[in-house]
Amino acid sequence: MFLAAVILILTVLLTPKAISNNPPFLQILVYGVANGAIYALIALGYTMVYGIIELINFAHGDVFTLGAFISMPLIGAFGLAEGRSSGVGLWLTLLLIAVIVMAINGGINVAIERIAYRPLRNAPRLAPLITAVGMSFILEGIMYVWRGASNVHFPDLLPSTRFPLPGSASIGVKDLVVIVTAIVLVILLTLFINGSKLGKAMRATAQDREAAQLMGIDINRTISATFFIGAVLAGAGGMIFGLYFNSVRFDLGFEAGLLAFTAAVFGGIGNLQGAALGGLFIGLVQAFSNSYFVAALSDVWIFAILILVLVFRPTGLLGMQVPEK
Amino acid sequence: MSRRLLATDRPMRWASGWFKSRNRTIYTFLILGALLFPSIADVVTGGEGNHLVSTAADAGVFVLLAIGLNVVVGFAGLLDLGYAAFFAIGAYTYGMFASGQLLGSPLHHEFHVTFWVLLLAAMFVAACFGIILGAPTLRLRGDYLAIVTLGFGEIVPRVVQYLGPGSPIGNWTGGVNGIAAIDPPKLPFFLTGPWVGAPIEFVKNFDFTNQIAYPMDFYLLMLVLIAVCIVLATNLYNSRMGRAWMAVREDEVAAAASGVNTVAVKLLAFAIGASFAGFAGGFYGSKLSLVSADNFQFIVSVSILVMVVLGGMGNIPGVIVGALLIYTTQYFILPNLPYWSESFANAVGLGTLNQSHGDWVGLRDEVQRLNYLVYGLILVTIMVLRPQGLFPSRIREQELEKGTAEDSVFDLRAEDV
Repeated sequence: MFLAAVILILTVLLTPKAISNNPPFLQILVYGVANGAIYALIALGYTMVYGIIELINFAHGDVFTLGAFISMPLIGAFGLAEGRSSGVGLWLTLLLIAVIVMAINGGINVAIERIAYRPLRNAPRLAPLITAVGMSFILEGIMYVWRGASNVHFPDLLPSTRFPLPGSASIGVKDLVVIVTAIVLVILLTLFINGSKLGKAMRATAQDREAAQLMGIDINRTISATFFIGAVLAGAGGMIFGLYFNSVRFDLGFEAGLLAFTAAVFGGIGNLQGAALGGLFIGLVQAFSNSYFVAALSDVWIFAILILVLVFRPTGLLGMQVPEK
Repeated sequence: MSRRLLATDRPMRWASGWFKSRNRTIYTFLILGALLFPSIADVVTGGEGNHLVSTAADAGVFVLLAIGLNVVVGFAGLLDLGYAAFFAIGAYTYGMFASGQLLGSPLHHEFHVTFWVLLLAAMFVAACFGIILGAPTLRLRGDYLAIVTLGFGEIVPRVVQYLGPGSPIGNWTGGVNGIAAIDPPKLPFFLTGPWVGAPIEFVKNFDFTNQIAYPMDFYLLMLVLIAVCIVLATNLYNSRMGRAWMAVREDEVAAAASGVNTVAVKLLAFAIGASFAGFAGGFYGSKLSLVSADNFQFIVSVSILVMVVLGGMGNIPGVIVGALLIYTTQYFILPNLPYWSESFANAVGLGTLNQSHGDWVGLRDEVQRLNYLVYGLILVTIMVLRPQGLFPSRIREQELEKGTAEDSVFDLRAEDV
């Protein structure tokens, strides 16, 4: 019902612009979906951590940036270079790099949880929030020392081939890579959470930590696993962000993290499909607002929608599917 | 024998009794420090203490903000992640009505409202925004307020930036340039004395434009405002309302069952917190004589929250110490650290470290790059070592030891609205 109302309002707002098709409607849609896919990958980490230990993990956005920063030296180490690499070799190497980046990123996030959040698990709720902010500063500081304060060029490795779409729009290989990666990861994650034993443990811990512990679930291991998976997704997001936009900066994750968190709340915090949908929605709102309305106010719309959603439907768009706590 | 002991003991006992209360000790040191600070700054810098005194007056703004946020977070237990928005609203209210800014707006008229009136107006406007934002969201259970305030804190600076030159409804806020040349405060009369190198006397129409004395004037005005706010906040804490806040913070259901109107109580805490921020914003505008949206970003809200949590939530002297510590770290130690390390290296004969060669860009710039890292490390270290904050309120401390369960932020038992 609520979802239908949102879609109706959007249709009414966008139809005249879509009919005039300037700039091409489909083009913006493609850009929005690709952008939203990246937000979705970050939002999943937020929503998982929030679901399990009720912490706004402010450092998560910087874990995302870290993914992009870690993949840069790896790309060099594997001998990939702009314009020189192509074919099956390029794709396989990129896949290998992505796996390494995801593993390193996951390990770092587990270490962060160990150092900054675990000692505070029984402390007042705001204490881990402050260490999360501190961790965010530390990660940004490390990346700042590492690559400096200005924009860093990320190798432009993906082919720039574009396929035509109706309405003088086109879709590039880059867009497809981002969208397909995100879809594959979200499907894998859903299968993992719903099917595996560890996924079951995570759901149980999110519902009731003490009861889960009484049933013999190792809480520390489960929470570590949550942080690991969150960072794996964020790391993949960071790497495809670099490949897509070809420019990264040490404080990139701050803004992206904030928007991704908004996406997580928007979809219903603790709800995986909701986070993915929320990310997509935020990406689309940003893309359409940038092209059709005032770009300076894009984020204002996003946060205003967030406030309205919380006022009228506090459990988020898909909140009804969240198990009762 | 015993008589003599008693007689000699008495003053000592009085002193030990006084310092047995930790808060009283902190207040004593704070008052002494505040009164002696200008003289110390003058001596340390060899008569050039004006800059330090001015910085201290800026720090006072953050003390006010921390006291205000403490009402929301510490007393009532509501998490506000967009506190800088109310700070911005206060500062812009002051800026718009105490400068030539509105001449260029559709009103075509300059306003120069008196300092005190405008300070109250800034408070009132901020409180109104607090009520508008809080009323629909505070009815919900759980901590949705945190997210809503986060969103609000992001919206306000952007809207303020947008309503500058070229916006469809005219130039109200000066856009990215902000509002400059804001009137300094004008007081009907003012007391001068040895602290500004003058005999004690009332000066009429003192207007804070005396170039030599004005940091000191702002400093004294700041101290008065902080003292007023401390008294206000302490009285609120000890009032019926303060006990209601505590009840809501500890257990909302139990509080409601005991006859506390939880929505009204929470809304009042939120609005009072916002009005403190508006008040601080008004002073801030008059002190800097410049407001710009850059000064009210999310990071400012986070800084204020850090001050409150790190100082010790719910305990006013604690959050004041927290505010001073964080402000000093952020705006004094971290910016100066590169220069200190440079002169330190020179002093101990490692001057070569200051030259750049190869990847090494010189000690000063290398230390400069570590700013973020150092600040983050300080936050994490202090919070891990003292999760309850430096000087928590006694009640909070006891709760912590007993391990009272905290409500989850997103309590999904929330009524399905």
